[in-house]
Amino acid sequence: MKIHYGTAIAAVALVAVHVLMRLTQGFAESLEYESVLANYKFVPYAIMLELILVLLSIHGFNGLRVILLELKQGRIYEKAVSYGCLAAMIGLIAYGSRTIIVVNMGLV
Amino acid sequence: MAQVTSIAEEQTSTPLSSSKSITLRISRYNPKHDDSSIFMEFTVPYQKWTTVLEAILDVKKHFDHSVAVRYSCRQATCGSCGMMINGKPRLACFTKISELNSNVITVEPMSNFPIIRDLAVKFERMFDSHHKIKPYLIRDDTELESDAKEFLQSPKEVEQYIQFANCIKCGLCNSACPTMATDSSFVGPQALAQAYRYVADSRDKGKDSRLKMIDEPHGIWRCHFAGSCSQVCPKGVDPAMGIQLLRGYLLGFRS
Repeated sequence: MKIHYGTAIAAVALVAVHVLMRLTQGFAESLEYESVLANYKFVPYAIMLELILVLLSIHGFNGLRVILLELKQGRIYEKAVSYGCLAAMIGLIAYGSRTIIVVNMGLV
Repeated sequence: MAQVTSIAEEQTSTPLSSSKSITLRISRYNPKHDDSSIFMEFTVPYQKWTTVLEAILDVKKHFDHSVAVRYSCRQATCGSCGMMINGKPRLACFTKISELNSNVITVEPMSNFPIIRDLAVKFERMFDSHHKIKPYLIRDDTELESDAKEFLQSPKEVEQYIQFANCIKCGLCNSACPTMATDSSFVGPQALAQAYRYVADSRDKGKDSRLKMIDEPHGIWRCHFAGSCSQVCPKGVDPAMGIQLLRGYLLGFRS
């Protein structure tokens, strides 16, 4: 559970930086296609976005796992929930990371 | 041979006459025979000092011998007579009818405990959890071997845990806990408060093993800090605070 608290605190700090950086541009402007690509190509910012993705995925899926474990108990059920949440978390991180990688490899 | 057709009238020195009376609704349920519980109503006279337990015993004495209730000391010391009284977990011997400000009093078995019959519930799960956290001082030496003959503590050291030593294992906190209702493997506020009681005791050397026991998937982290356990404790113990302080040990804020 310490990882739950740790990821929450780290995510709050990094999301705050992310929001502040978005505020430097106009909201509509920051969501323009070229602007988004430029953000992904700026490596320090891309690393921060990747970190936010990892932190929130761990925090969110661990939270979901905890809620599901409280709803019902049983060895098989608990294993299925834990591994299911782990697989979903890895899947989401992989899908999110793919976007950054694809942009930086110049595939879009 | 005379056939017994009704319950024998019991001779009693305590008359049923009183100027005031309440309706006592008692939950009746025998898991061996019944599909669901039903309520039976009794009109019971009471005085200013009459407790709910005395009213239930009045019912047993004068109306229905078969009402199942667990009790012993009648003075909030043994922790036997916990039950839901008007929807709140309380000790029946520690709850005066006049304090409830109601003409109808509903008594049910404690929530989050399996029912044996009527108002009596099984305490196995709570006692198992209590036993699991090793509710005793763990040391390599003993007072008998020590030169000092006793393990001295300063008043400040005693203050750290003394309120938690008042626990009478009545189970009201576990009954009030919302997590206990959904998580059948949760350790529960009673055992966690007792874990804190020994972890915070300066004489105890078993802190690490106790913290390891409660730092598990259905352990201390399942508490959502609803605080209902502390509200219902008849002895003034604050299990919710104990749980937060225990978390302090696990997160490294306390040593």
